[in-house]
Amino acid sequence: MTTEAITPAEADAVAEAKPRYKLAMYWASACGGCDVAVLNLGMKLIEFTERWEPVFWPAAMDAKRADVRAMDDGEIDVCLFDGGIRTDEDAEMARLLRAKSKVLVAFGSCAGEGCIPGLANQRSIEAVFAAAYDPELNDVNGGTPNGPWGSPYGELELPTLEVRLRTLGQVVDIDYLVPGCPPETERIAEVLGAVTAALDGTGPLPPKGAVLGAGTSTVCDECTRERGVKTIKEFKRIQTLAEVDPNLCLLEQGLPCCGPAARDGCGAKCPAAGAPCIGCYGATQGVKDFGARLLSAYASVVDASEPEDIERILAGLPDTVGQFYRFSLAASLLHGGRS
Amino acid sequence: MTRISIDPVTRLEGHGKIEIILDDAGDVEHTYFQIPELRGFEAFCVGRPVEDMPALTNRICGVCPEAHHMAAAKAADAVYNVTVPRTGRMLRELLYNAFYVTDHATHFYVLSGPDLIMGPDAPKSERNILGVVKKVGVEVGGKVIDARKAGHRVIEIIGGRRIHPCTGVPGGMTKAISEEERDEIKALADGMVEFAGFSLDLFDSMLADEAIEEIVKGDLYTHQTYYSGLVDENDKVTFYDGQVKVVAPDGEIHGQYEPKDYRDWISEKVEPWTFLKFPYLKKVGWKGLVDGKDSGMYTVAPLGRLNVASGMATPKAQEAYEKYFATLSPKGTPVHSRGATHWARLIELMQAAETVQALVNDPEITSPDVRAIPTQTPTEGVGTVEAPRGTLTHHYWTDENGVVTRVNLIVGTTNNYGPIAMSVDKAARSLISKGTVVTEGLLDRIEMGFRAYDPCFGCATHTMPGQMPMVVTIRDRDGNPLEELRRD
Repeated sequence: MTTEAITPAEADAVAEAKPRYKLAMYWASACGGCDVAVLNLGMKLIEFTERWEPVFWPAAMDAKRADVRAMDDGEIDVCLFDGGIRTDEDAEMARLLRAKSKVLVAFGSCAGEGCIPGLANQRSIEAVFAAAYDPELNDVNGGTPNGPWGSPYGELELPTLEVRLRTLGQVVDIDYLVPGCPPETERIAEVLGAVTAALDGTGPLPPKGAVLGAGTSTVCDECTRERGVKTIKEFKRIQTLAEVDPNLCLLEQGLPCCGPAARDGCGAKCPAAGAPCIGCYGATQGVKDFGARLLSAYASVVDASEPEDIERILAGLPDTVGQFYRFSLAASLLHGGRS
Repeated sequence: MTRISIDPVTRLEGHGKIEIILDDAGDVEHTYFQIPELRGFEAFCVGRPVEDMPALTNRICGVCPEAHHMAAAKAADAVYNVTVPRTGRMLRELLYNAFYVTDHATHFYVLSGPDLIMGPDAPKSERNILGVVKKVGVEVGGKVIDARKAGHRVIEIIGGRRIHPCTGVPGGMTKAISEEERDEIKALADGMVEFAGFSLDLFDSMLADEAIEEIVKGDLYTHQTYYSGLVDENDKVTFYDGQVKVVAPDGEIHGQYEPKDYRDWISEKVEPWTFLKFPYLKKVGWKGLVDGKDSGMYTVAPLGRLNVASGMATPKAQEAYEKYFATLSPKGTPVHSRGATHWARLIELMQAAETVQALVNDPEITSPDVRAIPTQTPTEGVGTVEAPRGTLTHHYWTDENGVVTRVNLIVGTTNNYGPIAMSVDKAARSLISKGTVVTEGLLDRIEMGFRAYDPCFGCATHTMPGQMPMVVTIRDRDGNPLEELRRD
């Protein structure tokens, strides 16, 4: 594809020497950013296709559900599944790809923990429809959609929204997680390299359930901003701060940064660009509930001697659910707070 | 009565699906083009601080998060009625135009390239990016990857990240750029302009091919709709900011308005058979999925933008614009052929590249003055940009604490939903009669109709070797499959 591509002779040599594994990538309820992150591998992606045969990848190639259905169980070596489970159709695809794949990876924040669209779990399904098809803003005289519709020509299929968005792991058994919104392209290259080595038998096979393509520490540990021992008396919103010190910890400046709870691996790019971490890599190693961890981190940094002070300071956060569960509401112990 | 299903057509966070209904004589009676996905951003963004909106709404689309980031930041500015300092605004525009270079290049070469460069009659095995590279040379493939990379690098420098940028806030940007970063962008910008020139020359040479000429000028996807897009203060094409101008199919001006007044001009039709809405011109009215001056259907994106503006904002793009109209519509009335969109897109690619070059050479681009602190009580605001796929509007209402209480979003491709559905219908009608199903032709031509719009239903087809996945199932009136046609 480019001048840097390996020559056909080199490709043949590789193909002869090593087996070629079958790769699937699928997006359920997703934004496409995970697929773009994979495509941004550019030349590396072309090199990977020497060892990986994409057999199903709607973002990049021709693909049909019928072809997947026709495969043997376990025929796909690795499936990278991105997107959350929002509709009955998403759930059907999750079950199908689980059956057809030896290794199923929850790829990216949506599949792993629900991501931003998981915030919809804070609302009822009726509220979702009411906002999307608000009669004050839309022309709804002809009715609104959800599920099959009786057309004058017989029933038209349309998926039905499930009551709440689920993560992939809440629907089927998963083998690994790759966090990030989206996963950083460099981390994806590392994951594909490590998985190839594991299948070749030249590298270790990660234990089931492992988080791949990320660290085991926090974004704070990757962040280059200086941390003092400063405590904060109140949370601040960025539009109220006339000056943001370019070198000092954002949390110590009062901005509600998610760095203390978030898993490292992204390179702490947002704080480097002057924006607080929003926690897209999920909770760090060993932490089940992102919000609980972040809350305890905040409690340790606020300058309060009495519980009431802590409450007052936390009240400075206008949206606690969004702050503590921005990416993980669907996977959290709250499960979105509704049945 | 017979029903033909095409499922999946392609994807927008889900499938696109087409149902074609034939009458007893075997002619097309009706088509449905369905979008089976809804994630509910308008519901769950309520209750969030408005400064979170640029990060939250990025996640609507991972292909064009820059557009949502900018529309959200602008809406947040408007909520606080704060004016972004000159350098802050220039940085936003610089990021945004670099994004256009990346996005338009990807669409032209990777998605449409196979149709246009290989020609519609080339063997399928060659109608992909690899075939394109083989035909036009490895060097071109390298140029395309380099152009995408250059755009992404500028996005990362200014936006903090390559996908889902993080630096837009109410009042401006979280960071300025250093002189070193400026110099890096300068070098990339020169390459972008060169790449755009190369692309326009390539298109010129392709027009000599009759088959390509037919795609660009032909009748199959011609619809006499209204057109809409942003124009700047000189009535030129603009991407980051401007007024919305709407022209009628005959070129008469329907109106020009501030984006915040969109509700006086646009309504969205909800249908019970698809999750996506159909926007239409309120003052003309909803007449269904039909064209003509009496129907409120309008077209956006490159075709729409060039049709409403009186020219381009930069010199090399203007030169190309003049040639485009001299060739396609010497009187300057709107160009209606959807295939012309490909050409219009390359002209915009040039404007974006030239704009990157102009902005990065502005002496104030490295000024640290990139953010203003709002002083007014937040209320309500509209932020509108031209996304590559059409006018994108974010409208937020907040309480006095800047917490969102209501959201309305009209997303780029959504504006074109009606015209795309019409193109699908027209292709079906022209290719199916008296029960004769032109199988391959039907699939190919429907596919090419889609691609001209660069619909985000197929973020898929933005990307790599692109055959659209299609299976056509012909069913009897009870829904039993009679025959399955596959596109492999």
